[in-house]
Amino acid sequence: MFVAGIDIGSRGSKAVIMEDSQLVSFSICETGPESTKSAQSTIDQALEGTGLTLEDVEYVVATGYGRILVPFAKANVSEISCHARGAHWYFPSVRTILDMGGQDCKAINCDEKGRVTNFIMNDKCAGGTGRFLEVIADVLQVPLDEIGHLSLQSTQSVAFSTVCAVFAKSEALALARSGVPKSDILAGLHDAIAVRCLNLLRRVVLDKDFTVTGGISKNAGMVDKIRKKVGLEPVLAPDPQIIGALGAALYAQEKAQGQMN
Amino acid sequence: MPSSPAALRPGPAGLAVLYAGLDMGNLTTKAVILKDEQILSQAMVNSVEDGESRARTALDMALEGTGFGTGDIACIVATGAGRKAISLAQKQRAPSSCLARGISRLLPSVRTLIDVGAETCTVVRVNDRGVADDSIGNERCASGTGVFLETMAKLMQMPLEEMARASMLAEDKAEITNMCAVFAEQEVISHVHRDPPTPKNDIIAGIHASMATQVGGLAKRMGIKTDVALTGGVARNAGFVSALQENLGVVLMVPDRPEFVAALGAACAARDEACRSA
Repeated sequence: MFVAGIDIGSRGSKAVIMEDSQLVSFSICETGPESTKSAQSTIDQALEGTGLTLEDVEYVVATGYGRILVPFAKANVSEISCHARGAHWYFPSVRTILDMGGQDCKAINCDEKGRVTNFIMNDKCAGGTGRFLEVIADVLQVPLDEIGHLSLQSTQSVAFSTVCAVFAKSEALALARSGVPKSDILAGLHDAIAVRCLNLLRRVVLDKDFTVTGGISKNAGMVDKIRKKVGLEPVLAPDPQIIGALGAALYAQEKAQGQMN
Repeated sequence: MPSSPAALRPGPAGLAVLYAGLDMGNLTTKAVILKDEQILSQAMVNSVEDGESRARTALDMALEGTGFGTGDIACIVATGAGRKAISLAQKQRAPSSCLARGISRLLPSVRTLIDVGAETCTVVRVNDRGVADDSIGNERCASGTGVFLETMAKLMQMPLEEMARASMLAEDKAEITNMCAVFAEQEVISHVHRDPPTPKNDIIAGIHASMATQVGGLAKRMGIKTDVALTGGVARNAGFVSALQENLGVVLMVPDRPEFVAALGAACAARDEACRSA
């Protein structure tokens, strides 16, 4: 039996197809202005090459910021539950999850069954979200997927007192103009964000094992700083951006089975 | 305190002695010069130069045409976020204490002062002697500061002055729930692209209301004790003033040149300082 999970995030849309708890395929697309269309193209892309059509998929669960705008989903589940469930599928030993998304950042605790036991979330401030890194990448004119690597080349990280994207942007620009290497500026900003993540994590239980999910976890520089600040080695999934969708697919499977019984 | 000897030396014996206050903001530097007890002149510079040369430029501009020189200044007190960078000042004072001092001279009945600068928002409890009893501020986040409005003005492609006017013409208020300037930007864009689009004036009224929620929240944390004054460059924006009045439910007093209040307070402090050492 095939099931699917779809995660409509603020920046990226992710779909995962599973069969009997095994990953069949997945896709990652940009979320366009119309969530409904993004949902369709993301699932189409995940189905591509599998020989399946949407009719073959028994049950679809939607999650994420745009989860109510997925017409082909039979149910929706909060992204917090889905992240816990998805992380648990990869690493049953995980108890603490830091999810760094496009427009929010969450610290989640889960139990041995992947059920959420506690969480805390920042969605009020762009600091610590993908949006912050986008703003910085843009002002320093470095492609977003290169800022992490560049930050790792820093020899002298610049201390930033703020994680406000607006202030950090003008500070970064002033520093770059005065000749400070971009790598040092980026290292300082990644540091400031890591401190912010640590503060979020301290408000839940910082228990082993620890994983980082969401789009930012693909940024090696960010993960490195978090590792150092948190003092725990994060276990990282091969594609940490799809964990929410994966969790949604696992819920879909559970719901489909419940339907049959 | 290091300073040039020229700045310390009073003018020729018996002649007027001046006192100067310098307010080094994040964006602008303000200078106020007192002659005896009267305001002789004031100047504001908007520049990216280093602190010391900005301070000097502001002081020179304020002195221009007065017939006085820096040698006539008996004492200089610096305030504002960049006050530590000014070595030509004899003393440094916290912005909250200068704001209290400055406002009590202009509007003595004020007990709550709300200062909204380019990158800060400060609320000061002023007592009847013009002393700051308490203060709270936000310096870490652009929400509730001038930069927030500037970001929005850029986004709406409208000069700040026009934003004030537009919001006064609004028939309704668009809902802007995000306090974070970066997130609010996206919310504003979604209003522009809505079908039918939210009227521009309503969006701007919404922006001012959202900013008023943030600033008003800080003021309420301190507690509102009348009279209430609004100072800082943002106080020139009538649209914001009216939004904040609505939020707080009080009439706001706005001094004529709201961005000079801290510099004036610093100049008053400079006079005290000079009198004390005399």
